[in-house]
Amino acid sequence: MAQPAKPRATKAPKPKAAPAAAPAPALEDEATFALRSLQQTHANNKRYDASDEELLHFYEQMVLIRRFEEKAGQLYGLGLIGGFCHLYIGQEAVAVGLQSALKEGHDSVITGYRDHGHMLAYGIDPKVIMAELTGRGAGISRGKGGSMHMFSTDHKFYGGHGIVGAQVPLGAGLAFAHKYRGDGGVCMAYFGDGAANQGQVYETFNMAALWQLPIVFVVENNGYAMGTAVKRGSAETHFHRRGTGFRIPGMDVNGMDVLEVRAAAEVALEYVRAGNGPVLMELNTYRYRGHSMSDPAKYRSREEVQEMRDHHDPIEGAKQDLLRRGVSEDAIKAIDKKVRQAVAEAADFAESSPEPAPAELYTDVLVGTY
Amino acid sequence: MAIDLKMPALSPTMEEGTLAKWLVKPGDTVKSGDIIAEIETDKATMEFEAVDEGVIGELKVAEGTEGVKVGTVIATISGDDEPAAPAPVAAPAQAPAPAPAPVVAAAPPPPPAPVAAPAAASVPAGAAMVATTVREALRDAMAEEMRADDRVFVMGEEVAEYQGAYKVTQGLLEEFGPRRVIDTPITEYGFAGIGTGAAMGGLRPVIEFMTFNFAMQAIDHIINSAAKTNYMSGGQMRCPIVFRGPNGAASRVGAQHSQNYAPWYASVPGLIVIAPYDAADAKGLLKSAIRSPDPVVFLENELVYGRTFDVPALDDYTVPIGKARTMRAGRDVTIVTYSIGVGLALEAAEKLAAEGIEAEVIDLRTIRPLDKAAVLESLARTNRMVVVEEGFPVCSVASEIISVVMEEGFDYLDAPVLRVCNEDVPLPYAANLEKLALVDTARVISAVKKVCYR
Repeated sequence: MAQPAKPRATKAPKPKAAPAAAPAPALEDEATFALRSLQQTHANNKRYDASDEELLHFYEQMVLIRRFEEKAGQLYGLGLIGGFCHLYIGQEAVAVGLQSALKEGHDSVITGYRDHGHMLAYGIDPKVIMAELTGRGAGISRGKGGSMHMFSTDHKFYGGHGIVGAQVPLGAGLAFAHKYRGDGGVCMAYFGDGAANQGQVYETFNMAALWQLPIVFVVENNGYAMGTAVKRGSAETHFHRRGTGFRIPGMDVNGMDVLEVRAAAEVALEYVRAGNGPVLMELNTYRYRGHSMSDPAKYRSREEVQEMRDHHDPIEGAKQDLLRRGVSEDAIKAIDKKVRQAVAEAADFAESSPEPAPAELYTDVLVGTY
Repeated sequence: MAIDLKMPALSPTMEEGTLAKWLVKPGDTVKSGDIIAEIETDKATMEFEAVDEGVIGELKVAEGTEGVKVGTVIATISGDDEPAAPAPVAAPAQAPAPAPAPVVAAAPPPPPAPVAAPAAASVPAGAAMVATTVREALRDAMAEEMRADDRVFVMGEEVAEYQGAYKVTQGLLEEFGPRRVIDTPITEYGFAGIGTGAAMGGLRPVIEFMTFNFAMQAIDHIINSAAKTNYMSGGQMRCPIVFRGPNGAASRVGAQHSQNYAPWYASVPGLIVIAPYDAADAKGLLKSAIRSPDPVVFLENELVYGRTFDVPALDDYTVPIGKARTMRAGRDVTIVTYSIGVGLALEAAEKLAAEGIEAEVIDLRTIRPLDKAAVLESLARTNRMVVVEEGFPVCSVASEIISVVMEEGFDYLDAPVLRVCNEDVPLPYAANLEKLALVDTARVISAVKKVCYR
């Protein structure tokens, strides 16, 4: 008889070198199952030790996302952007911190429809992103995808998916391809707290753990699934625990501090790259704007939003860090100015580029000719 | 008194099997639950258990005998002093009357070979032919493509160790190993998504659904993820994947397991939809599907898996996607059909010929993109058309063909086009009702006569 196709993993991951002071893992876990070991490793070294240059770069990327999204909001108001448009304002530290830990062009990334920020964090030209938002032929999807459907296979950024939760098995498929080819790559699959309730997410957890796929599941918990607060839609609101039934270790991460995000990403990636299978990260963050442009935001108070903006803003936090390190106010202002310039250029490009040629209607339906 | 042990029906579609091995010999005492023999069906090797106590009398069928019909007496067992009560024999199936089961009615023997196949015959003259079942042809197609391209892998429920729920993937695990032949949990939505993602990541997955009825759980990924993403990405996101498995009515498995999804998938731009009939097309089209840079829905038919046809003995036999095939030439009327309908149409055509009506039979083979030219070209010659489809009539492939004919072939018509489809009801279980619901040769003949005004 043939061998079992997928022998169940019986070996536990090697315990991380935790300092002696760290408490032993909770007794309810069997000794070989290090469900919380990654959380402990993260707790022991919470913030990434960035150089000034790195932190400036993170700051610039986060400011770029914010200014870009603000501009997209304006263009939407002017009728230049149509359909659905989901802004990433408030969540910038998540994409920037996580992406910074990936090997660009080697690891793959996939996300849902709130995708502009992820693309910008990957260094994709803001012009072609904005031109896609305005539905122009020069857009990254030639104007045929729009806000929710953007891709850059050159950057191994696989979208941009409009069906809530669909990116999770698709991401596991990308991870499967990495493992199949043995190329050492990892897939990072982002989804929201709302998507975390989709059944296909758990089908995927099961197979990803069973086959030890190299994937980091990232729940961007921004508190609201459209207008439904997490506690109104989720029986278990600690999303990092939701891998437990599949033996996937979870991490609970502050998503409003780019350095914490980056430090956590390194812990997760080290574990996954070592062939241990998936990790589930919960990034606690907050979306300042509505779910989409048409959201009246009646489901939360202004005070709640203001509290996050005033006391937890990831950009302001990074700025204060930079000032504390002695980086000059002028250097920071120079970045702000550079970003405003880049965003203004992207908006001009997106407004002035022509719409797709009518013949584009019929292209890219099929690749082959039959 | 001796009890006859009869060849059991071990699956809804089994008509015959191989008596692979006797595990008893005359004179052995057996009790209920003892394994008497191993019987190989078209799907699997099954153990045949005794249900009575007694002593084995005569073994009437030798070990290794193939093609033993269901209901044939294979051994006798003496009733251990007890008066022989006629007991049911086949433990696994408990079929009430094994012999002429309704199975036979739903699965007629293969119809006569095509009279002429002039169009799209891509086989070089003089090529040797090998008698092959559709099941084997599909397996051979996958195996050949897997040998040629390491990116090709097969994933699905029971495809590896079980050797395929319908035995289509038999032997693949042994040749290609667990890296490329992958058993999944019962989780269609999830593994269809993983397959689609793997295709986006540059591999060439063949995703088997145990039946397309279960692909309803996964249809979101087939349509929203696989079919649309290339367009939405301006051509960046390729998705070269094959979703394959049996489709349409099997035999008395009830409404949830009996549906033809060809019209559903054929309505979606971005998909290729293929539904072959014979073994050569099954092989040649599956190979083309695996090589296609586009997502393909490949619809097979369980009732056809076991039928044997000639397949060209060529190193690399492929059939082009998007080309219909004339299965039988005729001048009086065109019957357009696909999948299992081809068998019915050919059978009807033979009977009609005896009555002086020469029907041309066109097998669409690919449902999307549709070979409209082949349909219209035949209509231009015969001026009459019937569409035969094993599936619901409403919004069917038949409806689409009729629409094409209205738009582009109206002037050729000497009579309205008729469709012969299943009844517009969920497929019932009862043998008589199922038979009433499904397309059959008699209905094809009657429709043809109607359009011929005979």
